[in-house]
Amino acid sequence: MSRYGLMIDYDFCTGCHTCEVACQQEHDYPAGKCGIKLTKFEYETFEKLCIDYLPFPNDLCDLCKDRVAAGELPSCVKHCQAAVMKYGPVDELVKDLEERHKRVLFVPK
Amino acid sequence: MRAGEGVKEYKCTVWSAGAGCHGSCGQKLYVKDGKLIRIEGDENNPWNQGRSCSRALALKQYMYHPDRITTPLKRDGARGEGKFVPISWDEAFDTIERKMKGIREEFGAESILFCQGTGRDVGGPISFLAYSYGSPNWVQLGLSGQSCYTPRLGAMKATFGDFMVADCSQFLEKRYDDPEFEYPEVILVWGQNPPPTCPDGFFGHWIVDCMKKGTQVICVDPRHTWMTTRAKHHLQLRPGTDGALALGMLNVIINEGIYDKEFVAKWCLGFEELKERVQEYSPEKVAGITGVPADTIVSASRTYAKAKNAGGHWGLAVDTAPEGTTVAQAITHLWAITGNIDIPGGSVIARPSHGVTTYPYTTEELVELYGQELVTKLNDKRIGANEYKMVRGFRGWAQPDRAIEACKTGVPYPIKGAWIQTCNPLGGQATRTKYHYEALKGLDFIVAVDLFHNPTTMALADIVLPAATFAEKETFRSWWVPLGVTQKAVQVGECKSDWEINFELAGRLNPEIRQRWGSVRELIDSRLQRAGLTFDKLVEQGSWAMPPDGPFKPYRRHERGLLRHDGVPGFNTPSGKIELYSSVYKGFDIDPLPFYREPVNGPVAKPELAQQYPLTMISGTRNPLFFHSEHRSIPWLREKCPEPLVDIHPDTAKELGIFDGEWVFIENQMGKVKRKASLSKTVKPNMINTEHGWWKPELEGAEPTLFGVWDYQINQLVPGPQDSQSGFGGGQYKVTQVKLTKMPEGGK
Ligand code: SF4
Ligand code: SF4
Repeated sequence: MSRYGLMIDYDFCTGCHTCEVACQQEHDYPAGKCGIKLTKFEYETFEKLCIDYLPFPNDLCDLCKDRVAAGELPSCVKHCQAAVMKYGPVDELVKDLEERHKRVLFVPK
Repeated sequence: MRAGEGVKEYKCTVWSAGAGCHGSCGQKLYVKDGKLIRIEGDENNPWNQGRSCSRALALKQYMYHPDRITTPLKRDGARGEGKFVPISWDEAFDTIERKMKGIREEFGAESILFCQGTGRDVGGPISFLAYSYGSPNWVQLGLSGQSCYTPRLGAMKATFGDFMVADCSQFLEKRYDDPEFEYPEVILVWGQNPPPTCPDGFFGHWIVDCMKKGTQVICVDPRHTWMTTRAKHHLQLRPGTDGALALGMLNVIINEGIYDKEFVAKWCLGFEELKERVQEYSPEKVAGITGVPADTIVSASRTYAKAKNAGGHWGLAVDTAPEGTTVAQAITHLWAITGNIDIPGGSVIARPSHGVTTYPYTTEELVELYGQELVTKLNDKRIGANEYKMVRGFRGWAQPDRAIEACKTGVPYPIKGAWIQTCNPLGGQATRTKYHYEALKGLDFIVAVDLFHNPTTMALADIVLPAATFAEKETFRSWWVPLGVTQKAVQVGECKSDWEINFELAGRLNPEIRQRWGSVRELIDSRLQRAGLTFDKLVEQGSWAMPPDGPFKPYRRHERGLLRHDGVPGFNTPSGKIELYSSVYKGFDIDPLPFYREPVNGPVAKPELAQQYPLTMISGTRNPLFFHSEHRSIPWLREKCPEPLVDIHPDTAKELGIFDGEWVFIENQMGKVKRKASLSKTVKPNMINTEHGWWKPELEGAEPTLFGVWDYQINQLVPGPQDSQSGFGGGQYKVTQVKLTKMPEGGK
């Protein structure tokens, strides 16, 4: 059986927090518990100021196994306002990493 | 817990899924045993295509919050004491009817103000109630200069005879896959960071969708934002100088001859006059005013003008510029002379879907709903309509700065009451907040309709009526597209929809209403007739409909004779052309051509003030977790941003000895407000940037605390009134001079 993961095209993550609340609603997690945590990076290159966001799946992420079993997408993937998250088998998602820069693949446990 | 197994699914096209915003998302509500158990974006709705936002997804916590007001309340004690007792709807309606009729008899209907904020579907029901009662004073009270979209709407109507929006395929059912659509080569984003907002019938992330497909953005913003860091050009102007920048860009495009000559010759009027006017604004001069280097102005203008198709998107900073209506006009000229009008991926004409009116955006719509006679009669009494011809001639708002002054001074006539509906002026939009507080305190009778207590209900309300969330109501929406309906999925307490409340009361205050419609549903169906649809039919087909080819759907309608009543090709203006020299503005006694004016209390116009208060504060920066003054009590949202922050440049912080995370005062001649310092180079050293709408629901509601409003409400530092020529625009939210001071022990 292949392993599944989340591919995130973080060049286009706008920091909207939707993935986090989507996860909390789906799992009925109380405030303080969430399977994905948004992080913000503000830094300077030698030319300019940069702002990047990255949502970081953690040990509370179960890749929405109940949803997936019911034929739905993981809640964060479906609701992401910038549509930057993709769910699938790791070997397929790796191909997305080859396509464009600023992408990352997470394989939560 | 999918549909089935005792779970019912309700599909809705929602005005404000994220409780308050201006999107038109499709949402699916899952209900079990009369309770909402889950909300999901609807993948079959072309607007959001399954996406959602943090606020919509937190709907359960919002709806079933222990602080939710679920019965009508009446004040039991002095105003501000925070003592309310539950009453029945009958008692509430009877009391309100008696009081409002009494006031109308003794002082005239105009002595009650009908105050709204923004968000939800409130514009329709509140104007309906005001007109049914006979008061012309429908107003976004506290919103100085009505500085949110109305100035831009007025400018578009004058220039094009219609409204325009950036085309991101939103008028097409198949969206990006429709072969007629072409991605914009460029989008000019003026005065907004679109992703955290869903402004004015527009989903902010549509621009992100286009960027992924190669669209380049030009951003006009004094701040660095996610979007500016990805822009081809970032025009980082001094706050409030937008008017000069627009004129400078027009100067470049006209003098370099890179405008669309054929389009201008065929469809525009007044080009020579505009050309002459923009000569006063060379890129070098504009660079001096705005702080944007001249070569950046030139190269951005070229990128925009030379693009095959370019969209124009904009935000509230345009309205709040001094003379917002003229700044907006100059920006519309950029769209027009480059020929980016009603073409795929350009700026397209936007009309309420299928011609159905919910929230009236024009005088014409008001006349259609309420008749010329009533509108004319009310206009004579409308506050500000006699001083400002544009306030009289465009839409139906009372002028907010004058309206609050009338409460205090009795000029032009005494104000006796206020109907405040899903609006929290004291915690949100009101500049000069203390002045508003004192003026409103003096009124005889105040009703607030809301979902939660807030500083406004606490300080002022005599009666509070519990409003419903969208999951609890039937309503309809036609703000651009699609035409949509929301079905009622559940009931919470005794809450009612704004339409239900206002319909019942309108019937009591004006018997004609009950002769025309038996219920809210009948009223909705009567308005949907235009579309040849009914509420039930829309529900049946998934809750939305896109307009068929014709006047309500792009493209190139001016060529096809679809815009004017006479069916002649052209635009819906007096001359049939895009009026660069505006006959409509001339009729309003305002300059028919755009011009620049310095922010009235800015560092250039008032150097002595800037000496004392050296930092320019931008208030109103958006946070995707909150809608204006709402949501601070929702656990899933508040935990992600527990305190109000102020962005301070590290150099400035160093000079003042301020550390990251320390509490500071922002202070000026109006007062002082608390903020937590966030050191960031997203602002320049002479600016600070902060969110509005902060008060703390967890604090004491009764006076004097009022949920901490006097500690956190930033707009109390914003002076007023605005003083633009048109009466619209110029609320000073984006240019307020302040200083920062440390608190003892860093505020611990
Ligand atoms: S939902 Fe998408 S865009 Fe929003 S923060 Fe999460 S990954 Fe980023
Ligand atoms: S913020 Fe926009 S995207 Fe989110 S629910 Fe509201 S309308 Fe929809």
